[in-house]
Amino acid sequence: MVEFAGWELPVMYSSITSEHLAVRQNAGLFDVSHMGEFFVRGPQALEFLRWATLNDPARLKVGRAQYSMLPNDRGGVVDDIYVYRVGEGEYLVVVNAANVAKDWEHLSRLAAGYDVELENASDDWALLALQGPRAAAVLDPLVEADLNDKKKNSTFTTSLGGVPVRLARTGYTGEDGFEIFTSPADAAGVWRALIEAGVTPAGLGARDTLRLEAGFPLYGHELTDETNPRCTPLAWVIKDKDYYGREAMESGGCERRLVGLLLERGIPRAGYPVTSGGEVVGEVTSGTQSPLLKKGIALAWIKSDAADGLAVEIRGRSYPARIVPTPFVELGKK
Amino acid sequence: MNIPEDRRYTKTHEWAKLEDGLVVVGISDFAQESLGDVVFVETPEVGREVAAGEAVAVIESVKTASDVYAPVSGKVAAVNEALADEPELVNGDPYNAGWLFKIEPADPAELESLLSPEDYARVLEEEA
Repeated sequence: MVEFAGWELPVMYSSITSEHLAVRQNAGLFDVSHMGEFFVRGPQALEFLRWATLNDPARLKVGRAQYSMLPNDRGGVVDDIYVYRVGEGEYLVVVNAANVAKDWEHLSRLAAGYDVELENASDDWALLALQGPRAAAVLDPLVEADLNDKKKNSTFTTSLGGVPVRLARTGYTGEDGFEIFTSPADAAGVWRALIEAGVTPAGLGARDTLRLEAGFPLYGHELTDETNPRCTPLAWVIKDKDYYGREAMESGGCERRLVGLLLERGIPRAGYPVTSGGEVVGEVTSGTQSPLLKKGIALAWIKSDAADGLAVEIRGRSYPARIVPTPFVELGKK
Repeated sequence: MNIPEDRRYTKTHEWAKLEDGLVVVGISDFAQESLGDVVFVETPEVGREVAAGEAVAVIESVKTASDVYAPVSGKVAAVNEALADEPELVNGDPYNAGWLFKIEPADPAELESLLSPEDYARVLEEEA
């Protein structure tokens, strides 16, 4: 167990590799109750969220969700988030555990002048993530809803073994899957029902290797208050509309960019220098050995003009690296 | 936790065993379990002079990279070549096939200064 943002979380239940492969090939279950949940309600909920987030929640019909970010006013990111439209004028915002207090303060400040009500419901919700190609097949017989017509990024309420839950066809692994919002009192029962249905419990370690293989950023590593998402593969999140901090976000060029690196030998880790011709041109922000590729993979911020002759410095030795598109592996589509 | 009686241990979870005049070194069952799936082992150069307590090898698991320290001073006499293709031997058989390197000890008596199996078991109890 490790301490993470004030929560005790298991790094692994059996082994990171076996849990990782279970999610890629079958189905795995994560307890991600540490994530924060905010509700935004009111006549100006949409206007407020359009101002406070980079993606455009005006595109969301009721029952749909989108990946987004909270911009600050100096071209950086307060947090990366998921926005779920759960009702006509009601949105659920899921935020990173380590950022709950920061996001709450930030959003509360921006909400002044809007006719909205914010609720920090983080302690009222447990969150389980069922991920993998067999997730829908495992979950379908346990829930009232028919999962066949639920597309990626849809969200709805239903009942799971008699327990009221909100399901969302979202996740952080690159696989098909569902996130299950439930009351803390019901969470253990839901967990047990899914494990009994043959799902593999998976810990924080596999969650990190899975998201990295999928090329997803982790706040505090790839994204910070100082990093501009315009200079990352996630630039698509930024939609053409007015939003908080837009001028800082969209001015100037990108001195550095976020890239995926593949190494034939050597395992890159966060903090290792990236070099080109012996000169340091950047830094690895996340790295591991990909359990699928059995090769070193990394996300790294490097100088925008650096491309050839790249290497990662590992304990004083240079290991050649090349820029590759993310995701690093082919992922299940849904 | 498996702690064989036929060798000595360190607080940093290496084991050391005298065989044919050489000190064979590996990591304990506790260490391999804490690291998780080992995916790469960086062994020292044969012939390198090492001091007791010096970081001489690196074990990479999926999770992290960890140093392995020389339990005794001397010269690296051999490394386990099998780990290049099968690093998982460190997980599967840490006390035998998963050995890491052998040291030609400067002073064989130095081995006696390391932890006995009983003392190492106590170290683990304190860490738990």
